[in-house]
Amino acid sequence: MTRQTTPWHIGDTPLTSRFLLGTAGYPSPQILREAIIASGSQVLTLGLKRTLAVPGGGDNGFVDIIRTTAREQGAHLLPNTAGCRSAREAITLAHMARELLGTHWVKLEVVGDEQTLQPDPFELLDAARQLVSDGFEVLPYCTDDLVTCQRLVDAGCRVLMPWGAPIGSGLGLLNPWALRTLRARLPHTTLIVDAGLGAPSHATAAMELGMDAVLLNSAVSQSGDAVRMATAFRHAVQAGRTGFEAGLMPTSDVAVATTPVGGQPFVLL
Amino acid sequence: MSFITVHTDQGTQQLPLGSTVTDLLAHLNQARCLDDTAVATAVNGEFVPRSERAQHTLHDGDAVLCFSAITGG
Repeated sequence: MTRQTTPWHIGDTPLTSRFLLGTAGYPSPQILREAIIASGSQVLTLGLKRTLAVPGGGDNGFVDIIRTTAREQGAHLLPNTAGCRSAREAITLAHMARELLGTHWVKLEVVGDEQTLQPDPFELLDAARQLVSDGFEVLPYCTDDLVTCQRLVDAGCRVLMPWGAPIGSGLGLLNPWALRTLRARLPHTTLIVDAGLGAPSHATAAMELGMDAVLLNSAVSQSGDAVRMATAFRHAVQAGRTGFEAGLMPTSDVAVATTPVGGQPFVLL
Repeated sequence: MSFITVHTDQGTQQLPLGSTVTDLLAHLNQARCLDDTAVATAVNGEFVPRSERAQHTLHDGDAVLCFSAITGG
């Protein structure tokens, strides 16, 4: 019988799936729905935007299908503050998201650079402090900088979302050393690698490092077959976590013979 | 003056003096521009909760933005 990997938490909420799924860029609401189901994800991200929310919906039904599928699957909604460039903007957006979606969770994003979309660490920290004070469960999207991460933890963040690589780049884990350092130095903080994952093997690698979960969007939505890719990532995340819990073998700079021949077979001693 | 002008994504709106955020949304709803049950509002960049819309008086030149949920990563 296959042993389940250990459950984990976002704040006080227990979860079994370690695969968080973004909902942007899918070719149709139906494919998005099928991908969500195939992924087994229990956390789905959404955004907020100034839109003409016309009666009947102006987004071709994407948000409705996310809400419906989340309800059916028992999944949680995680709104983000994508597009914000300042703490003030992110704080305002987070409050609006809480009202609209009925959750105190927020994936906090404050962009600091237009090309890399990496966060502004100063505005991010300011926003995190305020939102924690306002009763949010803040999941900050951050780089892999240890000091910034420690400051976010000090500000009350129980979850961090360090990048693997820039959003949408598909480059995988650009700095495994930094992620390994975060894991070692923040053993009691939930770490979710977010952004830049492009292949299932990237997710497996992140989980083998001891990350608690991964969040990805483009790798699934931009795949030629989003539903199959969601399935692939589901297995990849499970494989990586199972491997981590089983205990990876130690590495060596030289060969270590595995077959116990006891010396050279045709040489008399 | 007996009316105010407020700026929205749906264009410049003229409303009676003393209008609130609720009045503005009703005005936009009438014009089929907006589903006011599916938006959150901010006046001049500050969040106005749904519970406070009816008490939040708008002033000439105010910018009122409405936000809705969308797909996102």
